[in-house]
Amino acid sequence: MKILTLNFLTCARKTCKSSPAAFPLHPRDAELEIVETEFNALFIQNILPRVEWDALKGLCTELGLTNVPPEAPEPKELFDTSIKSAGIDEKEKEPTQLTRDLHNLLLETTIQSGKLVCGNCGHEYAIKEGIANFLLPSHMV
Amino acid sequence: MAGASHQVSQPLPTPSTSHISFDNVYEPAEDSYLFLDALSSSTEKDFLRSRFSVSSHRESTSTAASNSPTVLEVGIGSGVVLAFLTAHSGEILGRTDILSFGTDINTFACHGAIKTVDVASRAFPTTSGCLGDVVNADLSSTFRDGCIDILIFNPPYVPTEAAPDLSEHDVYNEYIKKPAMESFERDSHLLSLSYAGGLDGMEVTTRLVDDLPRILHPTRGVAYILLCAQNKPLQVKDQIKLQHGFNAETIRSSGQQAGWEKLQILRVWKD
Repeated sequence: MKILTLNFLTCARKTCKSSPAAFPLHPRDAELEIVETEFNALFIQNILPRVEWDALKGLCTELGLTNVPPEAPEPKELFDTSIKSAGIDEKEKEPTQLTRDLHNLLLETTIQSGKLVCGNCGHEYAIKEGIANFLLPSHMV
Repeated sequence: MAGASHQVSQPLPTPSTSHISFDNVYEPAEDSYLFLDALSSSTEKDFLRSRFSVSSHRESTSTAASNSPTVLEVGIGSGVVLAFLTAHSGEILGRTDILSFGTDINTFACHGAIKTVDVASRAFPTTSGCLGDVVNADLSSTFRDGCIDILIFNPPYVPTEAAPDLSEHDVYNEYIKKPAMESFERDSHLLSLSYAGGLDGMEVTTRLVDDLPRILHPTRGVAYILLCAQNKPLQVKDQIKLQHGFNAETIRSSGQQAGWEKLQILRVWKD
């Protein structure tokens, strides 16, 4: 499970939906693994405005990942503008190291096993072989 | 396949699912292919491209329009539909910055589908969007409010006496890479989840429809849902319009023969 995915998920229980404490879920006993994926700089640029930065930072702190910028990066930090870019096509802009680091953090850093805990109800969801299980026992639905 | 003649250009390649054992995961069938047909039709490409165009006037600022669209396929099964949309997103949506997710109640489907999308995505690096994850979940229940732009659902639509009994689901859903022995009970339970829809074949679809106002992005959100004739599609469309205030139109059907399992795909959205 990718770090980015956790920015879109919350506790599956209906009763937790309105609670701010149900997002983000808290990792526990997480085993991390880097899984390489295709680098798409435009994706990083356009997904950033949708990322809840504080939730991402909190999650990374809990996972012991320290390379997260304190604030969401500005679009101008993502591409190298030192080269004279007049006339250069949008697609040929050179991504910065920051963009590559964000790609590595958001899409390539994965939780292979562990648990995700709801900060509101305390329910634990298991992650096994990279797949998280959000199915609830029938009495909790 | 019906609809193939509508394609002017070369049809987009269908993702491979050859790594999946179809003993306990739904094998791509006519309904799956109707989705591929619908999503790559010129009408839906035009609709999606204008809805998710970077220069769209739907959003008050150009920044919001350039944000990556998110896609969620609920009940992903083999993953063939999400893999198709993700790998060909440059062709279909006209942009390659989409983020796609899938869910399934069947963990074997989740493991298979994530590979289907990943393989297809790597095979088409110049047109592919990004795969987020496939999670083992009930419908869209675990996604945050308003965070999905495009939702796809090929539901269990066959009318059955009751929706499958889930009391033993935990046991059957335990993921084993290579089962030491065949489990007929497990496999038939897991397969039943992919087709058995209970009363009118609508018990599961109704639950998903009821979650649409919560899960879909309030302005950009659009859902594609497949129905069969026995689901009473006219009633379903009226219900979606009246109860939830969405538009609901049939955009593709398996038309030609008037068989009992005639299929259609609804597009559900707000103007």
